[in-house]
Amino acid sequence: MLFGQSSPGRLAENVMHFARVLRTAGMPVGSDRVQTALAALQVAGLESKRDFHAVLAACLVDRAEHRALFDQAFVLFWRDPDLMGRMRALLLPKVHVKDGATPPPPENRRLGEALFPHQPQQTPDEPEPEQIEVNAELTWNDREVLREADFDTMTADEWREAQRLLRDLRLVFEPLPTRRARRATRPGRPDWRATMAAMARHGGELWNLRWRAPRPQPAPLVVLADISGSMSRYSRMLLHFAHALGHADAPIESFVFGTRLTRTTRLLKSRDPDLAVGQVVRAVADWSGGTRITTSLHEFNQRWARRVLSGRTTVLLISDGLEHGDTTELAREMDRLHKRCRRLVWLNPLLRFDRFEPRAAGIKAMLPHVDRFLPAHNLNSLADLVAVLARRDDDAPAGRPPH
Amino acid sequence: MSTTADTALPTSIDDTIARLAALDYVADRPLATCVYLALKLQRPLFLEGEPGTGKTEIARTLAAVLGRPLIRLQCYEGLDLAGAAYEWNYGRQMMEIRLAEGTGVQRDALAAELFSERFLTKRALLQAIDPANTVPPVLLIDELDRADEPFEAFLLEVLADYQITIAELGTVKATQPPIVILTSNRTREIHDAVKRRCLYHWVDFPDAARELDILRRRVPGAGPELARQIVAFVQKLRSIELYKLPGIAETIEWTRALMELDAVVLDPEVIQHTLGVLLKYQDDIVRMQGSEAARLLEQVREEARTAAG
Repeated sequence: MLFGQSSPGRLAENVMHFARVLRTAGMPVGSDRVQTALAALQVAGLESKRDFHAVLAACLVDRAEHRALFDQAFVLFWRDPDLMGRMRALLLPKVHVKDGATPPPPENRRLGEALFPHQPQQTPDEPEPEQIEVNAELTWNDREVLREADFDTMTADEWREAQRLLRDLRLVFEPLPTRRARRATRPGRPDWRATMAAMARHGGELWNLRWRAPRPQPAPLVVLADISGSMSRYSRMLLHFAHALGHADAPIESFVFGTRLTRTTRLLKSRDPDLAVGQVVRAVADWSGGTRITTSLHEFNQRWARRVLSGRTTVLLISDGLEHGDTTELAREMDRLHKRCRRLVWLNPLLRFDRFEPRAAGIKAMLPHVDRFLPAHNLNSLADLVAVLARRDDDAPAGRPPH
Repeated sequence: MSTTADTALPTSIDDTIARLAALDYVADRPLATCVYLALKLQRPLFLEGEPGTGKTEIARTLAAVLGRPLIRLQCYEGLDLAGAAYEWNYGRQMMEIRLAEGTGVQRDALAAELFSERFLTKRALLQAIDPANTVPPVLLIDELDRADEPFEAFLLEVLADYQITIAELGTVKATQPPIVILTSNRTREIHDAVKRRCLYHWVDFPDAARELDILRRRVPGAGPELARQIVAFVQKLRSIELYKLPGIAETIEWTRALMELDAVVLDPEVIQHTLGVLLKYQDDIVRMQGSEAARLLEQVREEARTAAG
């Protein structure tokens, strides 16, 4: 063996430190993975730096999107002119990065913070989360009024109350049958296994057929929320809505987009809705900025559609559809999105205006490709949305508002 | 020429590369490292990557290299225990009950007999860990992303301990662990619990040199100039933002198609007519039709000229 009995801990120690750096940078590297890596290094990987890299990658990485982060961390951490020679000689100092003077800033900020925790911040602090003014003078709290109130003009108290009501919304999902079965009391598919077991128990005398029926599962949901300036308040409420949906055990993925697309599924996992939406607001750089619907949809179709959409998925697209410039591309991206999912529901707060007509070029381009076009500006419209989600309407009239 | 020495496990990464190459599988070094580690550490190997990059093929080649039987489990939505691991043979069980009625066997004895190994139909997973196997097989769990999450949960026991617990019968455990390879096209994210038990490798598109090597081995009839142009063209194609990039499988198919058409070199017209072999989305085909393909081809020729001159 290359590293003999004298001090086998050194390499192990460095691999552990490396794993810790990866962990701090956001890669989930458990200690069992470190053990696997150490076991793997016993059989291969010390011949060259490339093999060493391959061995550590095989053991420590488990997601395609972590590969770039891993590669950068590897280069930075194991930066040593004669790494292999020194590893063989077991002279590797504990952690490399600490003895260097001022290492160059790594490309990835997360990684940078993980490797050099005490460096001064290179980017300015994130903008403060939007201040919500507190209006303690509010006296009325009429639910009926609140249900009709526009999200955009709500006061802070109304807003909070609306969130609470949203949490109480009874969420029912369209139950789609799956190919899995559960035990049933009514005749359907015979459950031979249970039948045989029952017969065996009674010595084969009792002919008592057991049954199975397809197990339904709530239709998976993907939320694509526009968070540009004019949409920001509606989207925020819809994120609360998405959060509530996610905790009603429907498989849900969420994305927000302004000038670019950000996946927020993990951020919304938090139990507390305020915390969850707050996390999204902090993590997304372009909250309330401009919007580029076409490029965002393109990015979604290109990078995510294959992974998060299936033939069972309902997509909720929340946007005002006010896209400037050429809209033929927008129509194509909408068409592609529509073909990839089972239902595409477009929520547009502009529908709150009684005499809304789809005249803007962007809206005209998008409208032919959606299954349902609904308003989403107050609690009542969200309650209606729940009703739509719970119903099976494969042949819903598309492209026109319901009222 | 297969001797007993040939079916032993490879002794090093280089040996792994050489033995895979002997059967015309050109593995890059990181992949060979993963394969070698999986064999050495007896860990399942989880391969993720675009369709058509040779993930399934590696399992086939590995089985051939090691002289092991290949057991393949194609995943699909709703795949359950009965399809993947075992099923009781209900017809025979029913017959046994009828027979027992005639002879008056004790109830308990009948119950024990009905759920014994005699009435068990073994499917892929149980076959792979059957203690009766003389050589541990290669188990290929193909396109795991097509199965649903409950199935993944069921796999955990197999992947961690190479055993399956049958409620009526007890635990079946492999005497020698099989070589397990899982593949995924990443149409959805596989649960961390599965990945945690495996070595992970992302199978990328090959670089030009390796792709040319693969093409030479897989389609030996193709002329060197044609092969070189095809590889250069496909590599160019992969740098464009297409909805679905062509994999090695498509490159090989395309080469075969071009040979059927007696093409000696690429020209815009023949590319036009055969784009459907290479690209599988109408949007991508429309995009490449006309001047775009010709432009790429011109680039390929230009680069070849500079390289030669």
